[in-house]
Amino acid sequence: MKTLRIFLIIFLSIGFSQLESSEKNDELKNKILKNIRCLICQGQSVYDSESDFASSIKLIVNKKIKDGMSEDQVYEFLRERYGDWIIYDPQLNKNTYVLWLLPLLLFLVGGAIMRKKIIFKK
Amino acid sequence: MKKNLKLIIFLIFLIFCFIIFYKGLNKPNTYTPKNNAEKNLPIFKSEDFFTNTPIESKKVFGEKSYYIVNIWASWCVPCRKEHSLLMELNKNQSIKLIGLNYKDNLGNAKKFIDELGNPYMQILIDKDGTLAVEFGAYGVPETFLIDKNKKIIKKFVGPLNRGIVEEIKSIIK
Repeated sequence: MKTLRIFLIIFLSIGFSQLESSEKNDELKNKILKNIRCLICQGQSVYDSESDFASSIKLIVNKKIKDGMSEDQVYEFLRERYGDWIIYDPQLNKNTYVLWLLPLLLFLVGGAIMRKKIIFKK
Repeated sequence: MKKNLKLIIFLIFLIFCFIIFYKGLNKPNTYTPKNNAEKNLPIFKSEDFFTNTPIESKKVFGEKSYYIVNIWASWCVPCRKEHSLLMELNKNQSIKLIGLNYKDNLGNAKKFIDELGNPYMQILIDKDGTLAVEFGAYGVPETFLIDKNKKIIKKFVGPLNRGIVEEIKSIIK
């Protein structure tokens, strides 16, 4: 009876831990899929699309997560094959620095103009 | 003088905006992939089309030669169109053709090959499309040219045509 109880506890704890890890993997998978552009659809993420391309990407992302790849490693894998365009949230690199720095520059210039005007008024 | 300068700056800004929007009008809003970037050949495991035996990429691309990887399916109409060009490329001794059967019914795929001929040295099965993603493909048909250093040097999206075949021939000369 005691052995059966121990066996049951071990069995349930393994079951729960596996369930938890699969839930975590699903969360990560959905997060990644929502940040990947479906390249053959118009304005849809891979998560939202049912196209052939999207279904293959969904499978491969799932496979890569199961293989132990991190979120960044999955993005890198896709970027190597399809370029930066496939990721909705582009990283800072030589192709995207204007995209990232221009708003900051405009903010600074705008701030400088406003400051000058306020000081001038005083 | 100061007023004039402001007006000039304003006009330059307007012209700049006009040029940006005017150029944007003529630009297609669909994504066109870069086809000429050199990429490493993926490492993968698959199955042979005829024997169903597992096969590794190392064995498929084992020789120091040019390779063509062609993604095809029996349900794909453009694949039927490009098949005669693949048969023609197969006659070239300095290139080896590898087929990637994409999300297909094996029976239909075998009928397709029986009917139109087999231009491939080896055909691999890609049941769920993940192998095509490893190559960086968008769909079917798609063709990749691999050089002797095992680098993907060209990617042709869509069916092959006479121009592409001539381009491939000139590269492998």
